[in-house]
This record gives sequence, C-alpha cells and structure tokens, in this order.
Amino acid sequence: MSKLTYALYTGCTARESTPELLKSTLAIAKKLDIELVLLDEASCCGASHLQDFDEFLSLVLNARNICYAEKRGLDMVTICNTCQLNTAMTKHRLDEDEELKAKVNASLAEVGLEYKGTSNVRHFLYALIEDYGLDNLRKKVVKPLSQLNIAAFYGCHNIRPSELHHHFNRTKENPYNPTSLDELIEALEGNSVDYEHKTKCCGFHVDLQAPKTSNILTGNAIVDALDNNADVMVTPCPLCHLNLDVKQKSAVKTVGRELPTPMPILHLPQLIGLALGCTPEELGLKHHVTEVPA
Amino acid sequence: MKVTLKVFRFNAETDYLPHYDTIEMEIDEKDVVLDVLNKIKWEHDGSFSYRRSCRHGICGSCAVKVNGRSTLACKERMKDMIELFGNEITIEPVSKKRVIKDMIVDKSDFWQKYEAVKPWLEAEIDEHPQQENLIPPKEADKLEEADYCIQCGCCYYACPVIEVNEDYLGPAAFEKAYRFTADVRDHAKKERLEIVDKLGQGVWDCVKCYECAEACPKEISPIDKITKLHNQIFEEGVAKSNVATRHAVGFKKSIEKHGILDEGHLVAYSEGFGVLKHIPEALAMFKKGKIVMPWNMPKSKNLDEIKKLVKISSTVKF
Repeated sequence: MSKLTYALYTGCTARESTPELLKSTLAIAKKLDIELVLLDEASCCGASHLQDFDEFLSLVLNARNICYAEKRGLDMVTICNTCQLNTAMTKHRLDEDEELKAKVNASLAEVGLEYKGTSNVRHFLYALIEDYGLDNLRKKVVKPLSQLNIAAFYGCHNIRPSELHHHFNRTKENPYNPTSLDELIEALEGNSVDYEHKTKCCGFHVDLQAPKTSNILTGNAIVDALDNNADVMVTPCPLCHLNLDVKQKSAVKTVGRELPTPMPILHLPQLIGLALGCTPEELGLKHHVTEVPA
Repeated sequence: MKVTLKVFRFNAETDYLPHYDTIEMEIDEKDVVLDVLNKIKWEHDGSFSYRRSCRHGICGSCAVKVNGRSTLACKERMKDMIELFGNEITIEPVSKKRVIKDMIVDKSDFWQKYEAVKPWLEAEIDEHPQQENLIPPKEADKLEEADYCIQCGCCYYACPVIEVNEDYLGPAAFEKAYRFTADVRDHAKKERLEIVDKLGQGVWDCVKCYECAEACPKEISPIDKITKLHNQIFEEGVAKSNVATRHAVGFKKSIEKHGILDEGHLVAYSEGFGVLKHIPEALAMFKKGKIVMPWNMPKSKNLDEIKKLVKISSTVKF
C-alpha cells in the first residue's frame, strides 16, 4: 500500500478546547504511517452558525479552506462532524451550481485563489475505514480492548443529512442504524454497546441560548449508554465530546440521575490509540474534565 | 420474504402500559408498509387502529415509525425497509407519548404550533380581478419545495427539541412560515419573522441535528428553511441583540480577527454579563488545559486573505 496522505483540516476546537483530539489524531497517524498535512491557512468553518448570519460569507470561507487542500493536490480529512458538514455542504453546493461557484470564485480571485472542486472532503473516520481498511487496522492492534464495553456516539453531522454523507464520505451508513464506529470498535476487539441514543443529538449547538435543552439531550445519551452497561463512550466529534465530557455532571443531574462512577468519553483517535499501544500522554488523556481511569 | 413484525399496541382508554404484538408475516415484493398495517387488521386483530386515507402520499395521515425511522406507510416499500433493517421490523406510532390507540396519535400540539405561524396568505385580494395575478418564475422559485408539506408530522415528532421544550414551534411550523415569508404576495413577512425569532419558541432553539431533513417523506428539508428564516431575520432587521443572535454574529467577528474561532471570546461576546455563569465550567476546563489564553490565541496563516474576504464577501450587517 502506498503511503496514505491527506490534508488535515483540524477545525478550531482541536486547537483550543480539545487539544487532545489533535494530539491523538497525529499520534495514531504516526503509528499507522498515514501522513497528515496540516492546513494552517484554514479558517473556522462557521460551525453551522455563521451561515445563519451570512450564508455567502460562510460559503466563501469554506471554499477557501478547500482551495488549500486542492493546492496541495490532496483530499481533505476532517476530525469534527460539524466541520465535515459545513465543508461538505459548501463543496456540494459549489459543485452543483456553476453560477454560485463563479460568484464565490470572484471573491476568491481577489486573494489569488480559485475553487476547482478537485479535492474530496471526508471525515477521518471514513478515510480510515475505506482507505486504510479495518483488516489492516486489526493487524496493528497490540492492546485489544476486549475488557471494554464501548458505546459509540455517532454525532448528528456525520450521519445526517444522509445523502450528503453517502456522497462525500463514500459510505452507505444508515442514519437510523449506523455501523461504522461499531465495526471499528469490533476491529479493536472491544465490545460495542447497542443503545437507542447512539444516533441522537447532544444539543451542543444550543449550549448558550438553550442550556436546558442541551443538558437534557446530553444527559439522556450518557444515561442510556450507562443503562446498557457501557464502560466508556466514544465519539468522532469534538463538539459532542465537549458536551459529554465537560458538561457531564450538570447534564446527568438535569435528567434526574446520578452516575455511580463518571463515564469517560474518548475521542475516536484516542480509542484507536489505546488499542495501538499509544501512551496516555500521547493521547492527551489528562485533558479530560471527566477523568479517564488508567 | 418472511418478516417478524413487532407492533406497538396501546389503548389510552383501557391500558396502563403499552405492549408489542409479535407477528410473522409473508411479505410480497410490492407491499408497502400500509399493506402490512391492513394485513394486521384484517388477518390478525380487527381492533388494530391506524389512520389512512389517500394511499398516495398526499393526505399525510398514515405517518408511522419503522425501526425508529418516520415514514408514510403508504409510500414506503417493505422491501426497502428489510434491506435497511433486516427481517425484524418494528412498527410504532410517530410519537409514543401522544398515542390514543396503537398508531393513532393526538396531533393537537402539532396543529396548535402550526397555526401559530399563521399558515395562510396575508394579502389584499381583489375578488374580481380583470387578469391573472402572475408571479415571475424567479420569485416563485424562492419557495423551493416549501409548498409540498403535507403536515404528516414526521419531522415534528423526529425533532428532539419538541420532546424537551414544549414552547418550541418545531420544524413543520418553521417550514410553513418560510413558505409565506418567501412569497412575494404575502404582507405579513415581518410579523411571521417576529414569531419565529422569539427565543424559546423560535428558530434559535433549533439544535441543527438534521433529524427533520432525514425524516421528511416529501424531501423538503425543514432545516434548510430554518437557515433561511435565520437569514431573513437579519435581512429584515427583525433580529434583536441577544445571546443567540450575537452567537451567530460572533463567528464573523472572531474569523475576521484570528481566522480560527476564539472560543472564549465567542462565549463572552454572546453572553455579555451572562458570561459569569460559565466561570465554574471555565475553571474546570482551564485546569485541564482546555482554555487558550487571549495572548496565546492561534491565528490562521495568510490571515490577510481572510480579512480581505470577510470585507468583500460580507452580505449582511448587524
């Protein structure tokens, strides 16, 4: 297999409130001999909020981010579900609408850039599954996760709207019964937990304006995972992670429950990293608000 | 094809708890979910209750959930459901907590919220026009597919906010509001936008989960209309300065300055004095190295490009 190389769009969260996500992503890429070229020129994707205020500006900025992957001749990978949604949505709209593409390119031309549409945009999860392959991943496992019951929390923006993700993530993931994360967990020899909330929303996007809504949605998810005997939850989205990890105490309290022990929440690359034999330090486990037991 | 059906049963008048009937059934290649509902009633239990009428996806009465997925029973092929979910098929009402009997739900909250956005055209109509009242195609296009809604409720009952916030108007009402705010003939655009702008009930409480887009059997994507309502709220000067609007605007301010988002500043800018309530959480995050101090705030490379693009591409003022 020739060396897999991608342009990594880190998103903002991985550079600020979830530094462990970037750290662990780079750590497992090294172990798996995948090259990730950081897109340091990229801006924020607008996190599905900028578009509420100024849709055109959101398109231009996301198109600019993709331009830098195109300039390097690489496909882009994302490590945040919402970055994936916004970037893929922009790409979809520009690729389908020549007039809009021309308008966006007129702006980009002012800074010497052009969006061509030559780079695909995928969440790292699907690049791992499709390009690297679960069989190859299985061979790299040195510390099987067989002792762990792991609840996959998929996060809305990687599974819905399904048509968009089927196209860009090149998957047939069923948004009502997704399997990718569960298959990945099985490849790491962990036990994947089946529970109703695996496809549900964590409420992150209304954290500020409707904290009660957000707390209930997050609390329901954690409690459901717990009631189905999960030891740990894993998510491919740092925004879900912020809610599940940082807000865990208040969220669980809001839904009228108490946890016997806190529920550790892992980022996807941290879970993979544990199975590949990365150290807690390499995976940034010390950055969690809800402690991850050694 | 043989399937095992698990069918939700409940009678609000006589039952304390719901139960599921398990039925083995031979499915024909051409069967839709409604055929299965009919077979349950005609061949297994005559008391089984569900709504049905037009049988071609127009009346919106036969919405049910198949393995958790909202759908119109008369439109959905069993073959496709088996392909998606396997041979164990669970049939449930769109909302278990609103059940009157089996698949029949009490839709009164749905209709109340639907009415709240005034789902009719507000215009002075000439009762005896001399000629046809033409709308240019370009204007008519703005409605997109918003006019196709059949009020089946699939999006409404799939929306997680509906279950936790009883004031929230929900995707169907918003979709319908947009159907009229985008109509050039309508005179009540501002009034409607004020209704959907209100915190608690309006579009700012949308969690952006895309459940509504996924659930809609008419492929309308209510959330896209919600985004358009957000845009119109700013364009029409309806937006008030509050935590939700400042949160949307804050992204632009941050991007302009750093390229990437300044998370701390976004929270402070959105909340104003309300930022104080985040202090315990911020301290917990700080201890774990999750807060970047202002003087360490990373910036995107080629920031000048971003600044210029923000300047020349901004289309909205606030």
